[in-house]
Amino acid sequence: MKNIYVPRDTASLSMGADDVAKAIAALPAEVNVIRNGTWGMTYLEPLVEVETERGRVAYGPVTVSDVDSLYQAGFLDGANHELCQGLTKDIEYLKNQERLTFSRCGLIDPLSIDDYIKNGGFEGLSRALKLSGQEIIDDVMTSGLRGRGGAAFPTGIKWNTVYETKADQKYICCNADEGDSGTFSDRILMESDPFCLMEGMIIAGIAVGATKGYIYLRSEYPLCKEILNGAISILNEHNFLGDDICGSGKTFDIEVRIGAGSYVCGEETAMLESLEGKRGMVRAKPPLPAHEGLFGKPTVINNVISLASVPIILARGGEYYKDFGIGRSRGTIAFQLAGNIRRGGLVEKAFGITLDDMINKFGGGTYSGKPIKAVQVGGPLGAYLTPDNFDLPLEYEAFSKAGAVLGHGGIVVFDETADMKAQAKFAFEFCMIESCGKCTPCRIGSIRGVEQIEAGNYELVEELCELMDTSSLCAMGGMTPIPVKSAMKYWPEDFKDK
Amino acid sequence: MTDLDEAKEIIGRYINIQGGLLECLHALQHVFGYVPKETVDIMAEGFNISRAEVHGVISYYHDFKTAPGGRTIVRICQAESCQAMGSRQLTEQVKALLGLDVGENNDEYSLEAVYCFGNCALSPNIEINGKLYPRASKDNFEKLLKPEGQQ
Repeated sequence: MKNIYVPRDTASLSMGADDVAKAIAALPAEVNVIRNGTWGMTYLEPLVEVETERGRVAYGPVTVSDVDSLYQAGFLDGANHELCQGLTKDIEYLKNQERLTFSRCGLIDPLSIDDYIKNGGFEGLSRALKLSGQEIIDDVMTSGLRGRGGAAFPTGIKWNTVYETKADQKYICCNADEGDSGTFSDRILMESDPFCLMEGMIIAGIAVGATKGYIYLRSEYPLCKEILNGAISILNEHNFLGDDICGSGKTFDIEVRIGAGSYVCGEETAMLESLEGKRGMVRAKPPLPAHEGLFGKPTVINNVISLASVPIILARGGEYYKDFGIGRSRGTIAFQLAGNIRRGGLVEKAFGITLDDMINKFGGGTYSGKPIKAVQVGGPLGAYLTPDNFDLPLEYEAFSKAGAVLGHGGIVVFDETADMKAQAKFAFEFCMIESCGKCTPCRIGSIRGVEQIEAGNYELVEELCELMDTSSLCAMGGMTPIPVKSAMKYWPEDFKDK
Repeated sequence: MTDLDEAKEIIGRYINIQGGLLECLHALQHVFGYVPKETVDIMAEGFNISRAEVHGVISYYHDFKTAPGGRTIVRICQAESCQAMGSRQLTEQVKALLGLDVGENNDEYSLEAVYCFGNCALSPNIEINGKLYPRASKDNFEKLLKPEGQQ
């Protein structure tokens, strides 16, 4: 019986992975088709792997019409074929990464708890169960982990605040409202290794004394919902969730809640409102969610990747994790190569790699083959950068100094056909559509921004940017000026009347 | 409203869930294709909030519809990654093919904007009745529409 891996994540499914799996299962051979998650090499999807004595041999991108020729060539024995990429672990794109958080993504069947445990799963939890809450938090502090959702706030400090706040009920909220264009690392993690996220949430719960966790998932990710709910059932069956986690007497439950197409609900206080069943209106801070969060109770709010990084930190210790990265950006971050890029996908690297290496070495330049004009890093509220900025190291402080943001690690590449005035205008339009409406600079400023760009009143646009930056309630209005100002600064020629 | 009793039954499942209104609205929309006006009173009573609050939630979120849409729902990504791969032009072409503006519908089609499907390494993306099509183009979109009802 041959083990054949055919991925089942949103990207590979969109490229026809289900049909490929069916065609392989129908071959006149003894095959066992395993549906794994994805390695994140999206440009090769569907990436079919065959287990051989040498290791897993990869073929991709495979379409249904390739299956016959793969079979004739002897792919079941790992034979060569024009789609053969060699051993999966030796593919440059993967080999040159530092996979800590995503170590199991692609390797395992995401809903096989045996696979999970065999590959290091629950090592973090079992250590955490032997530690006090404060010791767990100290380890997370030592690791230097900062929020991967975009704000980069130190996770350990957040946890400590909730830990020190006395309450009858506390919550762990996982922010899985991955709304930034050009980002999909949360999706890949949830679709490929859901137990890892949940292990992180359980550890967070044990550390701060919370017994209930919510995953706030965007509605655009239906497959994540299915996989997360499947994972929750399995963890309940195996006593990793419920009233007596692994016989420790500790309680933790997880529930998945679905958003409804609102970008601003990725802002933590808007997310809390939405979880409470209300309009996703941003709350003024203070009070901090760590003091008064969900339903008025102390709440840890962390991004998917922050929480999914916790198991390995607990398993190997904070010092191990801290060894990766540079400056105050410790550990690894999952970059996502998107837009007009030849080799799009997920790249987990220690902080510090340059933008140039990321885009050209990993990404292989543009998909269109035309020269790069602009790169937007960090989602719709991130700066547009030019190839002149490509020596920037991908780490929080260097980006901050350059007036840019690393955000959630999304990198969207544009070729020379991009119209930067249109992109600047879109930044305001997006803010207009998605503003929660609570504060005036964002609600009205975005509309004025669209009008003034159309009218070519760029001095007014600059003033408006200044106003939105300094007086908006949250990052939606406060950071919309970043893409606008960067576009005006680097491509003034695009703003001249044509 | 075809079946008020069914709506009542659905709403009843959510009123005791803390913060369950969004889940309730999703469930109603899943069954009816939109949130029928007649259900607002029932939700207000069930969740013990005002009708204005229920209306406020429905109108806030892009996902919730208050009227039936077309039989085929076409959603096209309007965000940056897809823009970088020509989604602006594609959107114009799709609008012309369907004879609809974004946000409009007729009996046959609804055309909706989406801000990111999370499939950005394979931009641009279009979704037809829940199935995602990456690397979308005018030509393959036309082909997908041709065999009516069987995408």
